[in-house]
This record gives sequence, C-alpha cells and structure tokens, in this order.
Amino acid sequence: MLIFDHSRAGRTAAAQLPAAGGSLDDLPAELRRKDSPALPEVSELDVVRHYTRLSQLNFSIDTQFYPLGSCTMKYNPRACNSLAMLPQFLARHPASPDETGQGFLASMFELQEMLKDVTGMAGVSMAPMAGAHGEFAGVAMIRAYHDARGDTARREIIVPDAAHGTNPATATMCGYAVKEIPTDATGSVDLAALKAAVGPQTAGLMLTNPSTLGVFEKTIADIQKIVHDAGGLLYYDGANLNAILGKVRPGDMGFDVIHMNLHKTFSTPHGGGGPGAGPVGVSQRLLPFMPIPLVLEENGFYRLATEADVPQSIGRMSANMGNAGVLMRAYVYARMLGREGMHRVAEYATLNANYLMAKLRDAGFELAYPTRRASHEFIVTLKKLKDATGVSAMDFAKRLLDYGYHAPTTYFPLLVPECLLIEPTETETRETLDGFVEAMVKIKHEAETNPELVRGAPYTLPVRRLDDVKAARELDLTYRP
Amino acid sequence: MPFIPHTEADVTAMLGAIGAASIEDLFDEIPPALKTGKLKDVPDGLPEMAVARLMQERASADGFWSNFIGAGVYEHHIPAAIWQITTRGEFYSAYTPYQAEASQGTLQLIYEYQTMMTRLTGLDVSNASLYDGASALAEAVLMAVRAHKTSRRVLVPKSVHPIYRSVVVTTVKNQGIELVELDYDPATGKTMLPAEPGAFAGLVIPQPNFFGVLEDVHAMTDWAHDNGALAIALVNPTTLAVLEAPGKWGQTGADIAVGEGQPLGAPMASGGPYFGFMCCRQDFVRQMPGRIVGRTVDLDGKPGFALTLQAREQHIRRAKATSNICSNQGLVVTAATQYMALLGPQGLARVASASHANTVALADKLAAVPGVSRAFAGPFFHEVVLKLNDSTLQGTSAKDVLRALRAQGILGGLDVSGWYPELGQAILVCVTETKTAADLDHYAQQMERILSKRREAPPCAYKS
Repeated sequence: MLIFDHSRAGRTAAAQLPAAGGSLDDLPAELRRKDSPALPEVSELDVVRHYTRLSQLNFSIDTQFYPLGSCTMKYNPRACNSLAMLPQFLARHPASPDETGQGFLASMFELQEMLKDVTGMAGVSMAPMAGAHGEFAGVAMIRAYHDARGDTARREIIVPDAAHGTNPATATMCGYAVKEIPTDATGSVDLAALKAAVGPQTAGLMLTNPSTLGVFEKTIADIQKIVHDAGGLLYYDGANLNAILGKVRPGDMGFDVIHMNLHKTFSTPHGGGGPGAGPVGVSQRLLPFMPIPLVLEENGFYRLATEADVPQSIGRMSANMGNAGVLMRAYVYARMLGREGMHRVAEYATLNANYLMAKLRDAGFELAYPTRRASHEFIVTLKKLKDATGVSAMDFAKRLLDYGYHAPTTYFPLLVPECLLIEPTETETRETLDGFVEAMVKIKHEAETNPELVRGAPYTLPVRRLDDVKAARELDLTYRP
Repeated sequence: MPFIPHTEADVTAMLGAIGAASIEDLFDEIPPALKTGKLKDVPDGLPEMAVARLMQERASADGFWSNFIGAGVYEHHIPAAIWQITTRGEFYSAYTPYQAEASQGTLQLIYEYQTMMTRLTGLDVSNASLYDGASALAEAVLMAVRAHKTSRRVLVPKSVHPIYRSVVVTTVKNQGIELVELDYDPATGKTMLPAEPGAFAGLVIPQPNFFGVLEDVHAMTDWAHDNGALAIALVNPTTLAVLEAPGKWGQTGADIAVGEGQPLGAPMASGGPYFGFMCCRQDFVRQMPGRIVGRTVDLDGKPGFALTLQAREQHIRRAKATSNICSNQGLVVTAATQYMALLGPQGLARVASASHANTVALADKLAAVPGVSRAFAGPFFHEVVLKLNDSTLQGTSAKDVLRALRAQGILGGLDVSGWYPELGQAILVCVTETKTAADLDHYAQQMERILSKRREAPPCAYKS
C-alpha cells in the first residue's frame, strides 16, 4: 500500500500545521499556483505507521549480517548519531558567523587533522559529499596541477580493469580520456602493461589498494615510480581504506591524492544509499588546489577558509560545508576509537576476512586468488558450480537472503566470473561468521541436489525476484491513479 | 576494544583456522618499509560517556540564536516523528537498494518521493536525489548540454546564488562548457533576458531568485524555448505549494527542475546533509543523472519496486555514464518524504504563506527604520534585500550592524555586499513560519536602536 492510498481529502496532521492566514495577495496572480499539489492528505499516525512498516521491509546492519564486499558494512555506533544530532548543532545555520559555531568547527578541525594523520597526507578537505564526489575533487586537482604548470598535453587517466565504475566516469567528467590496463593472474596490476601505457599524455593513475580483488598491490613502490617518472600523479581510491587503517598510509606509499569514504571506514550510516562523505587528502604539491571550505585554526579560533585563503582552489563543490552532519558522526566515531582503536580496525577486519576465507575454502568453495592473503575482503568464484548445476552467483546471493544474510557483492569486479566479493568487517563475531559459512554450505548442497530451488530464491522476503526488464521497458516511475 | 567483539580465545581459534601465528602475519604481503608507526595526531580513545560530555559542552557553547538567515537554507519546523522514524536502524543502517527483494522499504519510499516531487514541480519524472541544490544545478547544466547536442553554452543569471554559480563552474569547467552571465534589473531585482536571440543549450530560471525576488518565469521559459534552449527551473520546494509549478511555466513548461531539498524536513545543521532534487520531462529521462526507482512485478506477478534505467549509471556504463554519482542522499530523502506526507498540500501551503507574510511584515517594519530601505521593487517571497543607505549612517557597514544584532542574540541576515558591491551595504533577510510577531518586533526595535546609536557616533568619527 502506498502512502497515497491512505489519503482522504481534507484529512490533516493538524498538530503540524502552522496557523492559517498568511496572505499571498500581494504576489502577482500569474505567478501563483492555480491547483494544489496532490501530496498525501493523512494523519500523523498514518505517516508514522506507514513508514515504520516500510522500514520493516528492509535488511539493515542493525538487523542482518552484510558481508558486502567493498562496502564496509560495519556497525554504525548509535552515539555517533545522537551526539551529531544535539539540538544546538542541528539549529545552526551554515552561513552563521564562525563565532557562533566554535564547537562545531573545533570538531571539524580535529577530524580534518586526524584524517591527515591516518592517511599520511599533507592536507585534507572535507568538502566532497560522497566517494565519487571526492574522486571528482581529486582528479580535478590533478588537472589543475598540470594546467598550472602549463603541462596541458596530459589528457589521459589510467585505470586498472578491476576499478570501480566511478573511476572512469570521474575521469570523463574532468575532461580526460580513460586508458584501461589489465590485471595479472595473481590479481596485481600488470607492470609491463602499465609501463607501456604511461607517457607524456599521462595525467595520472587511479588505484585502489588493496584492490577490489581483495589483495594488496605488493609492487606499489614500482607502480609509484613508473607513474611519477612519466610525470603523472597517483590517485588513491579509498574504497578499501578499512583494510589498512592504522597499518599503512597512502601518503607513505607515494600517493598524491586520495579520497576516503567515511560511510565505510569511519562507520557513518549508509542510510539506504546516502548521504556519505568523501574527504580528499593531498600531498604537498596539491595543497594549493584543495576544494573549499577548509577548516583553519588561528590562535585557538576556528574559521572556514574561503576563496581568498586558497586562490588556486578547484573551487566549491557544495553550497555549504559538505555533508556536515555526516562529518560530525565520523568525528564522534574517531574519538571513541582513538589511536589504539584506529590501529585495530584493519587488524580485526583482516582477521575476520582471512578466517572466513579459510573456512569457506575448507568447506569446498573455490577462491579466486588462493595463493594470496585476503585483505579485508576476498573473492569466491562459483564458475564451476554454475557449469555443473546452472546455479549462478546471483541465484546463490538471492538464496542467502532466505537464510537471513544480506548477499555479498556479486558480479563485481567484472573480471572474475560468477564472483562473490565478501567483506565481513571487524565488528562481527566469530559465531556470526560461522553461521554464514553454514548457510553457504547448505546452499551449495541445495545447488548440487535441487538447483531449481536455489534458482527460484528468494521465497521468504516481501517480494520474490523482480522483473528488471519490465521495470526498464515499461517505465512506471511515479504513482498515477 | 571499541566495536570489536573478539575475545582472546576467538583470536587464537581464528588464527589456528587460518594457519597464521599472529595477526601481524596476515599483513605479510605489505612491504615492511611501508608499515605505519604510531599515529601521532589521533588522541587516546574515549568511552561514550566522555565523548558525550565533550560534545554536549561544544553544543552548549554554540548555543541557540534567533535566526533570520536564509540564502538557500531555511529554518522550518520539523515534526518530531520524522527523524525518530528516519533514524530507525532499518532505514539508517541499510545499504543502497541493489538487492531489491531485501530493500522494498527504501525502494517504495523513493517511489513515493519521486511521485511527490513530480506533483510539486508539475514535471513527469524525478530521480532519487543528488547531493544538494548547488550540485543538482550543476548536473542540470550538464544534462541540458547532453540533451541539446549542438550548443555548449548555458545562460546563468547573476540572481542565482553566487555559491551555486561557483559550484557549477567547478563541476563543468573541464568539459568545454561556457557559462554566460545574465544581469539583473537594478530597480526590480529581476533577471534581464538577452536583447538578441542566440544559440544556448539552457537557461537557468531561479524562482524565487537569490534576492527573494520572483522572476517573470513565463517570459523566461518562452524565451528559452524560442531560442532552442532548455528551460532549467531552480526552485524552492516550500514555495511550490503556492507558486506556479515549473511544468506549467510559459507556453509549454520548464524542461528540468532542480533545487535544494533541505526545506523539506532537513535540519540546517551547519550545512548538511541535505539533498538536491531533480525532475524533468519524460523525453529527457535517459539523460538524467542519479538513481531512479521504478515499479514492476515479481515472479508471482506481485507489485514491487527496483532501481531502474541503470544503464545510465557509472557501475554499468563506466566512462560513458551520465554522471559519476554513485549515491543519493537516501536518509534525508526518507525524512523529506515523511515531511511532505505529514504537512500535505494544506500544511505546506501554510508554511509557505506564513513565511511570506512574516517576511513582508518584517520588511515593512525594517524599511520604516530611518536609514533602511528595500533594494528592489519586485515582488518577493520569503527573503528580501535591505540596504543601509542613509547618508547620516556613512561608514556603518552591513557587517557592523549584523555584529551589533548578534550581540542581542539575533542573526539578522546575510551580508551580500561582497558578492554584489553595486548594492552598497546590503543584507539578505529571511523569515519563516517559525518566527512570532514578538520576534519581528524585537528585531526591528534592535535595528532602530543600533542605527540611531550609529547616527550619534558614527564609527568614522573615531578614525579622523
């Protein structure tokens, strides 16, 4: 039932209505609306009950295990939410003078400094509002850097074939051509291909490390040298930062610019698809180009930097201070974790991933890269199972939903056939991981004995498998009674 | 260990299963020279109780203010139910609804949101939201250029929020797109259309504009279409309860409508998270960036919801995607959908008209203070530009006045003199439904007191 089905002409949530009587008669008639927009006419209880029920149709971290590779679905501590939503913080207008927000700005400044430290970068800007937005800022800075030096022939960004789709899409938005390079048999960047790809046209390389294949690029020092020797810059996609938090710093690996996904590594909520936060960190040579606002501290007074402070900035990316409330949640998380906690994140995320990988291998699942350590995630390939039974990675994933587990990431990265990319995160218990292995084993058995059962899953959710083709062909994007 | 549940026995057993001697061994593929020592700028961890105390102290220090700043972010009452439900774990900690069967709550909510937005804007389709109003405008400019195919020039009035214009520049400047500025009429504050026809991909039409002034949207829309350009409406969703919907502007309606969704139930919160909305005509749906939810059926023919038209998006289309965007502001849209449902057409119209009436009332009171006058004669909605233009106030800046008001607990508006030096000392003032008659009187009285004091002892007297 849609909220519109509850609607009855004249019904209102009366307590929410301001007093009537504000006149609009002074406004020109031709600019005023003739009809009333057909929003629902419902009571407050209608709204509360309808949306509470909708919420109950969702999987979420608070209700299910989410071994979703490359997404870092760890527990979102409740205090991060309640402390970011203290009433004074919520009531502050973003254009208020800095004097009225020293508590907020101090928190932002300290977060900015902590992010510099954990990434090993010279500067951090928290302006970008999501990972892809941070990528845009990063590549725009690479371009601004080359352009400022008059080095304008560099018009190509190199991207490994295992990269997230946002990498090539971002390069295009920054006016760059994209050159893709292959991955070798062990899951690493193919160094010979990289050497052949770089040249005077190279603006930079975008790299995720550990890669989306769940392995650390062991030859990062060589990669770094090849790109820098060719005059290009090195971009770190922070999608997998949780794997190395407190262990290795992108700055120490030689990266010039990185973005972080605070909704992954710093445990801010995914919120059903956003909002995230995608701060960017830069090396010394990109400092002049950082997006504004930045938070500055001068003799104990905090203020937002403007165009005048950063004249070569790539500019502004949002009307205000990015997703400020998300940054506040990340700050609270960082303070609770502290230095020791930060070092432990990667350790226990990696322990959980390698444990789960060993258990699944022992249970007969095929690993995509069996000779490698897992980072915080790893890939199982179901190619043989599919060939033998017809059960695909997608079927397997849908059947997991019936067992109460959110599906791992499927069909990404694109170069491993029938893959499940599995990331357990550090906040899950051993018992949860063991339960997941049990479900995987049961489904494998089902696939081998009764493949139709798995191919028809899920059965226990609010709907069965949906017709995506119909959705795209017979577009129904709004309710029309 | 905060948020890590492992006991010592767990670690031992798990390492045994892996066949590793220590956790450190799991990092043996990382070159030792790269390993990090101690982090130096991260303090020791604190228990929740200590962090709570710290944050409460900081919140108290920031305090509460009587706010009259708008400029794209508006202080409206937010019903208590909204964020209590929005922060339920099932919404708060859910992932992007790629696994549709496990995400019907989020997906149905977005479908309802899309429906509400099309009803507000009078356009055919809506996406599931973008980052904020400014980035939505930038995406609309890119979309107009994609849809137009021949022109890469877009007209952007000077009466659009200066920061929005700056965000558009940041976003499109590397794609060979030219932004052409349109000036405003100094008497009315309304945008002046180009004297000559020209080839443009789009014309941005702000309603109300940054000055709070209502533009002649019908004439602007028709001018755009007469010149083969797309009409891009930049609108405030609250005002759409009572102002003409972009879909009905001019002869054939605007093509795209974008704006800041914050007024629909998002707290001001020092800048976010908010969301940008985007609606368009059906024929442009495949050029639209961002997620879109559609209704379909499952294997048993039962209705359900799924993300659709994903062939536009980066995870499928990679370098050829309509945008690199990989999220929507889901949680804030969750709040906004409930806000629109709770307020309904009548409630939203009352919020809009009360805000307008309060702004008119305050503008009248302030314009009656000697030395203060309205900058523009054009009709305004819930914001107004006031100038300090009395010669006896020589040397008194907008900044001085705002600082003096602040000493009385009033954030009196936004100083726009820097962005628009031609206006002299000018303040953009906004009033919403949250202010009472007493609030308005207090503001006007303080303004009168401050200015009369300045007149007795203008700051320049000390300088000579």
